[in-house]
Amino acid sequence: MKLLRVENLKTYFHISEGIVKAVDDVSFSLDDGQCLGLVGESGCGKTTTALSINRLLPPEGIIEGGEIYLESVKLTVLSDVEIRKHRWKDVSMVFQGAMNAMNPVMKIGEQIAEAVVWHQQVTHQQAWNRAKELFELVELEPGRIGGYPHEFSGGMKQRAMIAMALACDPKLVIGDEPTTALDVMVQAQILNLLDRLRKTLKMGLIIITHDLSILGETCDRIAVMYAGKIVEIGSTEDVYDRHMHPYTHRLLMGFPNIHRPKLMPEPIPGSPPDLIRPPSGCRFHPRCDYAQEICQEQEPGMTTAGNGHSYACHFGGAFNG
Amino acid sequence: MDNVVELKNLKVTFVAKQSFLKELLMKEQPLVRAVDGVNVTIKKGEILSLVGESGSGKTTLGKAILNLVDIADGEILFQNQVVNFHHKQEVRRFRQKAQVIFQDPYQSLNPKSLIIDIVAEPLEVNRLIKTEAERNERVMKALHDAGLDPPERYLYRYPYELSGGQRQRVAIASALILNPEFIVADEPVSMLDVSIRTGILKLLVELKESKGLTFLFITHDLSLAWLISDRIAIMYLGKIMEIGESDTVIKQAVHPYTQALLEVMPIPEVNRHRQRKVLSGETPNPTNIPAGCRFHPRCPHAFDRCREEEPVLQAARSNHLAACHLIEKETSQENSHD
Repeated sequence: MKLLRVENLKTYFHISEGIVKAVDDVSFSLDDGQCLGLVGESGCGKTTTALSINRLLPPEGIIEGGEIYLESVKLTVLSDVEIRKHRWKDVSMVFQGAMNAMNPVMKIGEQIAEAVVWHQQVTHQQAWNRAKELFELVELEPGRIGGYPHEFSGGMKQRAMIAMALACDPKLVIGDEPTTALDVMVQAQILNLLDRLRKTLKMGLIIITHDLSILGETCDRIAVMYAGKIVEIGSTEDVYDRHMHPYTHRLLMGFPNIHRPKLMPEPIPGSPPDLIRPPSGCRFHPRCDYAQEICQEQEPGMTTAGNGHSYACHFGGAFNG
Repeated sequence: MDNVVELKNLKVTFVAKQSFLKELLMKEQPLVRAVDGVNVTIKKGEILSLVGESGSGKTTLGKAILNLVDIADGEILFQNQVVNFHHKQEVRRFRQKAQVIFQDPYQSLNPKSLIIDIVAEPLEVNRLIKTEAERNERVMKALHDAGLDPPERYLYRYPYELSGGQRQRVAIASALILNPEFIVADEPVSMLDVSIRTGILKLLVELKESKGLTFLFITHDLSLAWLISDRIAIMYLGKIMEIGESDTVIKQAVHPYTQALLEVMPIPEVNRHRQRKVLSGETPNPTNIPAGCRFHPRCPHAFDRCREEEPVLQAARSNHLAACHLIEKETSQENSHD
């Protein structure tokens, strides 16, 4: 059974300069207990996709088209009141920058208990007990449950944020850059923790990141986004080893691999496009080495390469020779 | 090869901030030993990467070399001469030859200044130009050297009109304009997207090769250090743990801390079954540095000597030093087997 289906999602921001097509016709799905990596550079629409699922968009962000289904529930048609029943209970989020996402004058345990009280019919004592359980689950010292955020290190705060996201046993957790501000050692600890939790709690997990190199160990599937569109999606093996889109290729080359010969990667020329006036045809064509006339004129559809691997390029795999 | 910078037992300390009440009651303020006795030489025309986690003192060390923070003890030699930081003119001369590139190009450029004024500022501070034409010419050359082509297009723009990568190039141009010998680059690409950052890294390597510039490249990312530098120094809690040629440090690491960092280094390949040995806990507080080897509480190989005696940097092989008692232990074991 599909846990999550996103179909032709279009989320646009209406700002004074015009309409920013932040997410433009994005489709993907996630099976029960699966982990999907959603990767791309800043401004590619990865966070907007996540906020659309949870309907946490700012007022100027509007879902203009497409559907989002969580199991059989159509999230896109729910009213603001109805969606609250699903937030946290069905889909929860671990936000970027855990350091700033917490209330500095409230005990960490209270903040976790608050999430429980808000979404479940329980007494304060029961919620506090649940917070204690969650503390153990994310491997935090139970004795520190009465501590304040400033007494916690970055890694500990991120663990507490994860505990909060798990408060109501969600079916799907979305981690938005969950390890970005952390040191490598702590990053590895947090990724291990997320992986273990996903397997023991049998929940779906979406990891949003700009760092393609961290996904090889945790994700089943990877979707690469560029300028509001998914340009390639497939199993981790397909995306790492048999990718077909030139952008995926360039992005991967940007991460040095010590197991391979030392090669200074060529930078991608130019900068990401303005999404108010995106380039015609393929949005990557102005920066692409293999672009031809058709790339300027015609937007490439998704080409299927089998085994759930597809890519949007007129000349897929051109970089192979 | 000539040494550009030589650090001898360099120490930097800070007084830890306390609440007012504690300050009143306590006689002695706790000291943060941010840089705690560092000996390093940086050779002409090399990129030395300084790698460490947050709180390791890597940024403080970079600032101390440039006299942007006061040093508590030790000496800094620049081109084989001790720099006397109390001598104003000497500092001024030194500052022309040693420059810095900061991490965040969104904060390091004055938002109200035109690019031409930002880049020309070091020339004006040092009163090195006489005419407007000369000023323009020098700025254009610096912008060109930093890869902003054609430079005329950037002169009369403001930082907000530029992308992150372009801003970082402006910061590099203003570091280059005085024709320095040595540049401290403090995490110059950590705020940039992957597609942009390779361009900046390539530029640094090109500057090294074309101008013979010397870099101290400060980073938390071992794989970037491996990619661009000649040598790598690993820092932990204010001390250098291991230093050597970049391939040697990555492929034949001796120090357990370096090995732990390598263990958790992300590698862009499929590896579902990689069992990482992740160190538990986090770096201890630098106000309370563990006795003996400062890494011993987290070290999987620690033995009695590590708790008592602080190891010094010693040769593990030629041009490869590590501060670890295991080196002696292993060599003495090898000898006893012979």
